Amino acid sequence: MVRTILRTRGIGRRFAGVTALDGIEADVRAGEVLAIVGENGAGKSTLLKILSGVLAPSSGSIEEVDEHGHAHELRLRSVAEATQVGIALVHQELNLAEHLDLAGAILLGREHHRFGWLDLRSMHAEAARWLARVGLDLDPSTLCGSLPIAQRQLVEIAKALSANARILILDEPTSSLSARETDRLLAMLDELRRSGVAIVYVSHHLDEVLAIADRAIVLRDGRMAGTLERASMDRATIERLMVGRDLPPTTARPSLGAAPDRLVVDGVVTSHRRRRPASLVVKRGEIVGLAGLVGAGRTELLEAIAGLGHASGTIMLDGRALSGTMAQRVARGLAIVPEDRARHGLFTLDPVRTNVSMAWLPRGAHVGMVDHAGERDLVDGMITRLRLRPSDPARRVQTLSGGNQQKTVLGRWLAVEPSVLLLDEPTRGVDVGARHDIHEAIRAAATTGCAVLFASSDLEEVLLLADRILVMHDGAIAGELARESATEVAIMGLATGGALEAAR
Amino acid sequence: MRKHWGLLGIFLVVCIVTALYGKNFLTAYNLMNLVQRTALFSILALGVGFVIGTGGIDLSLGSVVCLVGIAVPWLLIEHGWSPWAVVPIVLAGSALIGLGHGLLITRLRLQPFLVTLCGLLLYRGIARWMTGDQSQGFQGEFAELRSIAVGRIPLPGLEAFRLPATTIPLIVLATVAAIFLTRTVWGRWLLATGSNESAARYSGIPTARLVTGAYVACSLLAGLGGMLFIFDVGSAQPSDFGNFYELYAIAAAVLGGCSLRGGSVSVVGIVLGTATLQVLRNSINLLGLGSQLEFAVIGAVLLAGVAADELVRRWHAARLERRGAG
Repeated sequence: MVRTILRTRGIGRRFAGVTALDGIEADVRAGEVLAIVGENGAGKSTLLKILSGVLAPSSGSIEEVDEHGHAHELRLRSVAEATQVGIALVHQELNLAEHLDLAGAILLGREHHRFGWLDLRSMHAEAARWLARVGLDLDPSTLCGSLPIAQRQLVEIAKALSANARILILDEPTSSLSARETDRLLAMLDELRRSGVAIVYVSHHLDEVLAIADRAIVLRDGRMAGTLERASMDRATIERLMVGRDLPPTTARPSLGAAPDRLVVDGVVTSHRRRRPASLVVKRGEIVGLAGLVGAGRTELLEAIAGLGHASGTIMLDGRALSGTMAQRVARGLAIVPEDRARHGLFTLDPVRTNVSMAWLPRGAHVGMVDHAGERDLVDGMITRLRLRPSDPARRVQTLSGGNQQKTVLGRWLAVEPSVLLLDEPTRGVDVGARHDIHEAIRAAATTGCAVLFASSDLEEVLLLADRILVMHDGAIAGELARESATEVAIMGLATGGALEAAR
Repeated sequence: MRKHWGLLGIFLVVCIVTALYGKNFLTAYNLMNLVQRTALFSILALGVGFVIGTGGIDLSLGSVVCLVGIAVPWLLIEHGWSPWAVVPIVLAGSALIGLGHGLLITRLRLQPFLVTLCGLLLYRGIARWMTGDQSQGFQGEFAELRSIAVGRIPLPGLEAFRLPATTIPLIVLATVAAIFLTRTVWGRWLLATGSNESAARYSGIPTARLVTGAYVACSLLAGLGGMLFIFDVGSAQPSDFGNFYELYAIAAAVLGGCSLRGGSVSVVGIVLGTATLQVLRNSINLLGLGSQLEFAVIGAVLLAGVAADELVRRWHAARLERRGAG
């Protein structure tokens, strides 16, 4: 059953003299799931675009292999040509026509007709067949626009299958799915695999890759970092290949003992709809994680501490009340890395240099004049410290990857050596290597006495980074877990409103 | 300077064409007038440049020019006040107007366009009501005071061309503005506020104070400009003095490379933009195109300049994207 049907031979692609992809050798086999993994910018999208006919390779070739094992070269000049030979790409952004019904959307461009009239009955019958194939029990006359995202994804797959796709390429298919929907999608893909469809699966969720892939190609900087067979696939190996270096073990956290309280939040009521008071303490040198569901009030609490939103209650820093505008609090040593870095964090058209030095400027200033030499040293130092890539202070932050953008915002605050560092989703949309660097930088700041309070929806991150975990539910702190005793199950129990005892 | 090559090119082309085909362009009298007008309008444009840098706009500056310009002779001649009182009072008054704009925009969160549009109507109305819509002038008095604007400084080696005195306040103000924007913490923060106000707030930058400051600077410079303008012309009608000056100032700033989205201001660009507009007005006149065409020509040049700028930016962005792809 398992045989190669498509092969790439040293595929490469250059953009304006820059190599985006080079020397890719991939075998796509019927009845197998081939995963393509890599950090942002590793070349995954470029490879997909070449396979689906959007882009032509600048070097190398794609070969189709027939049942006798004879290979002949494929020159795909458009998506339509790729579709003809049975290659279908299911996009990261779904693009079903919202106003069409399911039958119309699935058979778009291949409508059944008789004497020029649409044959709706036969179209509905065929659409229903394909919907059943992807496990959707829906009326073919349902409007696409009325479907939830997870189901639209499946409709896209049904559409690809109906066009006789033998090779199904999925680009980050779970980026907007819940855990249960993801499981269902994976189960459906498993069935398709059994029926002989070749699946190319691109995801940065290693759990999914480990769950479904028969083989995985790891890309790094546009090149093949390695090909792994199912037997040799494990998270550590994939991560090592993706990052290109062994992630050093994380720094051990010192025991805090009787460290004094640095940040004390007492009965703070934020703009959160439930208006319940929240109280917490972060000690000198401690890293506290705020877990909870979306909408639990974590962002509101962090912003209230920073002076960015209306709030009542008292906040103390080193025993003195912390109040006033954010600018006044920053002068007292407060720092906040916001959740939405594009909107609240970055000056995207400006270079890394001015982005990093923004909060530091008054410290280096002499009678209001910017200390340009000091600024240069500061930014160069921060680029090295955070392993910011490319290490060019004149580079516009707009052109950086998510991880490096996040490092830029973090660097802005590390530059002022804050007493309190608040972080909202410190590594969202950040790849493995950058995440490690960011975590290490946060740990290093804590070691110098900084009190760190971070909110994260990523339980793995909370368990990895926090010395102590506070779980928020409905605007208040629902419970506290020590690092040693915390588990994902215990956190979720508290986050969904379960009592502390029940969670244990 | 590199980003101003295009504007400098337009400026030189207009100058050369006018010199070749027009009468009297290169006479000392005409050139002195051009420098004078450029200096006066540049002062207004510098002020609105700060506001544009924060991502705002000030439509009221022409009316502030009118109110102050009318108030100076009105207080000196009609009411017999001492110039030692009048000058500080009108300057403080214009700063207060800016403070009002700034507070309405930052505290009440009203839109700059709306606040200053109301200002435009309000201050001209006050000027006309205050004077009973009567022309105000110095009636040949206060020659010493007026020499701040009408004075001409002899230059060594040049007989006929003497430097208008208004270039001195312009050089001082432009230097201060350039240093402020490129060298000081507050200047950096002002532009940061313009390029992403919310990121600036999250960086601990006192954005409200900076924005308010920009409106104060803008109205103060409009007040100063209004005073110099009235010193220059001697007398004026409250109903038309300073009409459209806000648009000349905004057009000059935009031509000089200030983005209306905020975040980028160039002092050199503003002065060069003002000079280009003034030379254009002058050449329409000298080439005998008829002054009725003036607004149409300025509008067309501005549109062409802005469109060219946008095309260059897109081309640049596309190149960046190609380079960063994959």
